[in-house]
Amino acid sequence: MSISFQELEIHSKYSNLDANSKLNTAFSTFEKNSAQRVKRVQPVNVGFQNSMSRIGHKLAILADAAKYDASCSSSGSTARHSLDGKGIGSTEGAGICHSYAPDGRCISLLKVLLTNFCTYDCHYCVNRVSSNTPRARFSVDEVVSLTLSFYKRNYIEGLFLSSGIIQSPDYTMEQVVEVARRLRTVHDFRGYIHLKTIPEASPELLAQAGLYADRLSINVELPTRSSLSALAPEKDHASIGRSMGTIRNAIEEASDTSYGAHKPQAFAAAGQSTQMIVGADDASDTTILDCSDRLYKRFKMKRVYYSAFSPIPDASAVLPLAPPNLLREHRLYQADWLMRFYGFEAREIADQAYEGMLDLALDPKLSWALSHRDWFPVDVNSACRDSLLRVPGLGVKGVEKILQARASMRLRLSDLKCISRSVERMKPFVTTLDWSPSTLLESADLRIQMMGRKAQMDLFSTAS
Amino acid sequence: MVSKHVTCTVEHPADFDFWRLHARQCLAQHIEPEYLSWRVKSENAGLFDSIDSNELSEPHPDCDTSTASVMRVPAAFVSLAAQVICHRHEQRFALLYRVLWRLTHGEKDLMSRCTDNDIHTLNQMACAVRRDQHKMKAFVRFRQYQVDGTDYYHAFFEPDHHILRATSGFFCRRFANMLWSISTPDECAHWDGEVLEYGPTVPAHSLPDTENMDDLWLTYFQSIFNPARLKLNAMRSEMPVKYWKNLPESVLIAQLSSGAGERSQDMIDRGPTVPSRYSKKG
Repeated sequence: MSISFQELEIHSKYSNLDANSKLNTAFSTFEKNSAQRVKRVQPVNVGFQNSMSRIGHKLAILADAAKYDASCSSSGSTARHSLDGKGIGSTEGAGICHSYAPDGRCISLLKVLLTNFCTYDCHYCVNRVSSNTPRARFSVDEVVSLTLSFYKRNYIEGLFLSSGIIQSPDYTMEQVVEVARRLRTVHDFRGYIHLKTIPEASPELLAQAGLYADRLSINVELPTRSSLSALAPEKDHASIGRSMGTIRNAIEEASDTSYGAHKPQAFAAAGQSTQMIVGADDASDTTILDCSDRLYKRFKMKRVYYSAFSPIPDASAVLPLAPPNLLREHRLYQADWLMRFYGFEAREIADQAYEGMLDLALDPKLSWALSHRDWFPVDVNSACRDSLLRVPGLGVKGVEKILQARASMRLRLSDLKCISRSVERMKPFVTTLDWSPSTLLESADLRIQMMGRKAQMDLFSTAS
Repeated sequence: MVSKHVTCTVEHPADFDFWRLHARQCLAQHIEPEYLSWRVKSENAGLFDSIDSNELSEPHPDCDTSTASVMRVPAAFVSLAAQVICHRHEQRFALLYRVLWRLTHGEKDLMSRCTDNDIHTLNQMACAVRRDQHKMKAFVRFRQYQVDGTDYYHAFFEPDHHILRATSGFFCRRFANMLWSISTPDECAHWDGEVLEYGPTVPAHSLPDTENMDDLWLTYFQSIFNPARLKLNAMRSEMPVKYWKNLPESVLIAQLSSGAGERSQDMIDRGPTVPSRYSKKG
């Protein structure tokens, strides 16, 4: 994170001229060197200006068509900038959300389909061939132009590009890769690019995609083969798995530092991710989490996204037409976090499930703690990292702060307030220099108490 | 020991290097925190004029800073201080000096004690500054203007803290080959591809963007939103209402939110669709 003035090795000075004369000076300075400057500034595409309303119409259709792709990440890539380049764009490791939609989701990238014409008939997809949704298609240059124009105004971190499958998977993939290639090689664009890969596309095209993109993804769509063949007959897990494997191998090869002087080219520096639809079939939460666990371990996925199945405008008769179960999706994300950052195994979370489903009333970490009270209380002044990570209300950063503070002091209950905002939640499960939960941990009412007032009221109102 | 009260004047509200020089000089002269006041030159002009105090407006050229350099401070303090200095709180200079004094007078491990009141306050202030910087990188929105065929970009932004100078490096690295200016109510940063300059503030323009990109952005914003998932509190907590006046899409939020329930219920009520004729498989 940039915090110092000296960070840039560029001369920086303060001027006391008034605003108007300053701007005029700026304009005249720009004019003086305009010959050189114009070469460095991206040329305005005149053809693009003349067809604004056509572009707007296509954008409305092709952004609407892309909204069910949950991925919005712009983080995790290697740091780069444009000070030594001819274009624009930078990435700094952390993602930036430039806006938020009323659904609470961040808008970080220009997320569009290259086209929503599609030859496949996946039942859950608004763009399936049997849907009556309006169709459109961008040219490669239109997407490139739109990405650069939005980026220059700091609306976005980069591009997320997917596509319906037209002509053939390889043809579609070639078009998608061409957008990224033009951005990188013609315009020297150094912002973030996420490409969706087409499952049946050739490994050569996947290899090219990784050279230009920060992240690649293929949707696994559904956790079981039977669901996938019922709801997306043209897709199959075997070929999805092959593509994921190809990408994993290419990423590993690119990060192999044993090459020394012959370092291989960068490949998808932000890794690969995937998405599963939740609630379109009858798969339980434990089936979904098992699938995620295999994907993380086998293909070194960076993220698995869970997308609660949502009613779509041109719905198929096969699918449930009900509001999306957002609480279920939320619990799955919480369980996913436990597996990735808190050292939980999938089967430990599954052991808490009732008939395969996670408890909606409590988060999975708290649910696990309440069923394993023999693990607690944990002494914050002496417990190891793994034990501290199991304490409800204590996050990864909180654990690091405790370990750091412990080097020079013994912690009291009041100290925990500087470390966590959920001290009340932690109290039954920890001991400090001046606190012990004593009978609180053994209390039969502990579960109800931890549920929180709102949930308690819901419980009592349904019971009466 | 200096028993008389001393006042240090800093030129710019977020000038870390200047504060650092002053602080070194004060440490070298063993000025205790209780006898030291800080003020920013542009703020409260004339307020201290009548107070009988020693002025330290410039680091003294003869001041022996070699003893100060013997007092080592952790790198963690330096990086934390560089962030805290941007905060708007008037007492930030005094608080930083007090912590510096404690670090160099017997409390070497102070930085690792996150539960200490002073350190906790500094951490909270640094956190607020970092969050403000993050929001600035997110919500600065350029408009394009053409001046004799050259594209020029201007943005107006109102941060909570004095973060323009600390954040302008990000925009230089990202928009390296563009000509841009970012203005806050206090001052304005100008970049011409090589040199970064600061001048007085330039007010927000009402001129429209040359390519009318605002309209396309609004089109995108309303198309990407899923009306079946309405979570206004989550949206407002990440994109606070105070930023909305400089974000063109905010005009759509009320409209999209109020129509959302109806749109999503309509999708459910309409029921499944009749497959189109193009889907017939032979």
